[in-house]
Amino acid sequence: MATVEQSDGTLGAAPEAGVRRRDFINIAAVSFAGVGGVAILYPLINQMNPSADVLALASIEVDLSSIKPGQAIKTMFRKQPLFVRHLTPQEIQAANAVPMSELRDPQTLAERTKPGKAQWLITMGVCTHLGCVPLGASDGETRGPFGGYFCPCHGSMYDTAARIRKGPAPRNLEVPDYNFKSATIVEVGKVAK
Amino acid sequence: MSFPWAEEYRPKHPLMRWLDERLPLPRLVHGAVGGGYPVPRNLNYFWNFGVLAGLALTIQIVTGIVLAMHYTPSGDMAFNSVEHIMRDVNQGWLLRYAHANGASFFFIVTYVHIFRGMYYGSYKAPRELVWMLGLVILLLMMATAFMGYVLPWGQMSFWGAKVITGLFSAIPLVGESVQKWLLGGYAPDEATLNRFFSLHYLLPFVIAGVVILHIWALHIPGSSNPTGVEVKTAEDTVPFHPYYTAKDGFGAGIFLILLAFVTFFLPNYLGHADNYIPANPLSTPAEIVPEWYFWPFYAILRSFTSDFLLPAKLWGVLAMFGAILLLFFLPWLDPSPVRSGSYRPTFRWFFWILVGDVLVLGYCGGSPPEEPFVMISQLATMYYFAHFLIVLPILSWVEKTEPLPRSISESVLHGEHAEAAPAHLGGISPAAAE
Ligand code: HEM
Ligand code: FES
Repeated sequence: MATVEQSDGTLGAAPEAGVRRRDFINIAAVSFAGVGGVAILYPLINQMNPSADVLALASIEVDLSSIKPGQAIKTMFRKQPLFVRHLTPQEIQAANAVPMSELRDPQTLAERTKPGKAQWLITMGVCTHLGCVPLGASDGETRGPFGGYFCPCHGSMYDTAARIRKGPAPRNLEVPDYNFKSATIVEVGKVAK
Repeated sequence: MSFPWAEEYRPKHPLMRWLDERLPLPRLVHGAVGGGYPVPRNLNYFWNFGVLAGLALTIQIVTGIVLAMHYTPSGDMAFNSVEHIMRDVNQGWLLRYAHANGASFFFIVTYVHIFRGMYYGSYKAPRELVWMLGLVILLLMMATAFMGYVLPWGQMSFWGAKVITGLFSAIPLVGESVQKWLLGGYAPDEATLNRFFSLHYLLPFVIAGVVILHIWALHIPGSSNPTGVEVKTAEDTVPFHPYYTAKDGFGAGIFLILLAFVTFFLPNYLGHADNYIPANPLSTPAEIVPEWYFWPFYAILRSFTSDFLLPAKLWGVLAMFGAILLLFFLPWLDPSPVRSGSYRPTFRWFFWILVGDVLVLGYCGGSPPEEPFVMISQLATMYYFAHFLIVLPILSWVEKTEPLPRSISESVLHGEHAEAAPAHLGGISPAAAE
């Protein structure tokens, strides 16, 4: 196929007087495209954050009536294990007897429970080291040398207030937001209204 | 891009000439891996491992794409869909075992390839970028393999995802949000599995792109060689094809025999039995271990057990990533003017100590986090960093290196130099040489 290689030059550029105007347009256009590019990044990155349905699972109710002193249950809260433990008076005493200076993450049992409800220890079942589920909430599982929980992954040991005592974990088991709806029902995921 | 004596591409067939003028793809292949690419004549079998890594990547992509035709990335179905591949899909068991063991073999050949580079000083000028692009490939491979291992959604998949994303929670202030962002929730779940599948599909192609850059950068100076002495004359080289296509073909045959042997006779030897238990967010396996190719790094991660200025957990994470990032600086940490370990008697010792050190780290990383493994990992981690930060810089000052051959030809032909030259150029006939 023959193609035309040359035309008669009517498309040639007219002499340019306002070079600065062109520079301005150049910079403006490129900056605008840059801002647009950055703006597009936001949804691209933020789409990876927890979606609405995941966040909607944000609160649950737990019935405490069947948990006897010394017992604990394991349930799911925000797709993670939650430990609800009914402490015995001895366990409460043991927790209160520990001097603050011995703790890596100093907190009293009272700070980790609700006023007048020191026997209800509600914590996440997620080791603060790398996130394994510690043992001690189900029947027959070891509770470790401090009588609370024991993480089998790298050997973190928690006491009867679920405070870290020994091993690599940096912090106590996390206490989620919760409130007592009635004497036997707690709502986990919401602070009292 | 090549030596002046490289054979030019001269298509004979008119169709090939027509193509060459429009899309010179055969010319590119000829110059990159054909008769038009002159390569040092003395490469040993350690130079096979680059091509083997390329072969492994191809196997992963091919088997991966067909697995993806039967796999379902959903929390309820992922585990069962992998079992469906194993039991129902025609030859599905073969494809999956080839993919899982292919990943292991990919890491084996890549690690040999890296240690080859360390021994022969391939990272030194002018090949620093070749080395650094290789490390980028290693990081991408690690991300790809980690996400691939999550896909079957067994216990190790789930808890591996939890522990590894948990590493990011060690970052001060933003750590927890970063982990939540990576997982798309509070724990590995639907969102995690889907994004990992998407990225696991994507990254191998990104790797292929970086491989092209790696080879492009390599072909500027050309391959190094066991002497570390640069190519000087045409006599030092042979064309890639047929000499190294044949040698690489032989290596590929051995590689495929070994891969087939493991795939058919020991398909689960390199895996962990717990990954045949479906993921259970309420129960942690007795011991979480990653795949074997991560063990040395896992040992470094776990060797920090007490806080010092920063929390132990953060130290572990920094050291683990630092162990690879450090290698980006290797071309400058080892300024010895002699490239090849063959002429560096003291370096050679330390090289083999490092290899032993990494094997020890690997062994500890695969063992439970108890004594004596913790203490051994701590010592081995210390030595790993000392090798690069202390031993190599000092060696380059104090080491007395051995004399280098004047050229590649001199080193391979020893005293037989004259014998190799054509008779009319002063060569002697073999009979006379006897
Ligand atoms: C850099 C290359 C690649 C590496 C290192 C790699 C690694 C892995 C690993 C270690 C697994 C887990 C195997 C198991 O234990 O079952 C896996 C699974 C999987 N990979 Fe890949 N992969 C690669 C490329 C690809 C590609 C290109 C695809 C295409 C989509 C793919 C699709 C899959 C699928 C569907 C699974 C889940 C099925 C299974 O578990 O066998 N992979 N990959
Ligand atoms: S995750 Fe619990 S000790 Fe490491």
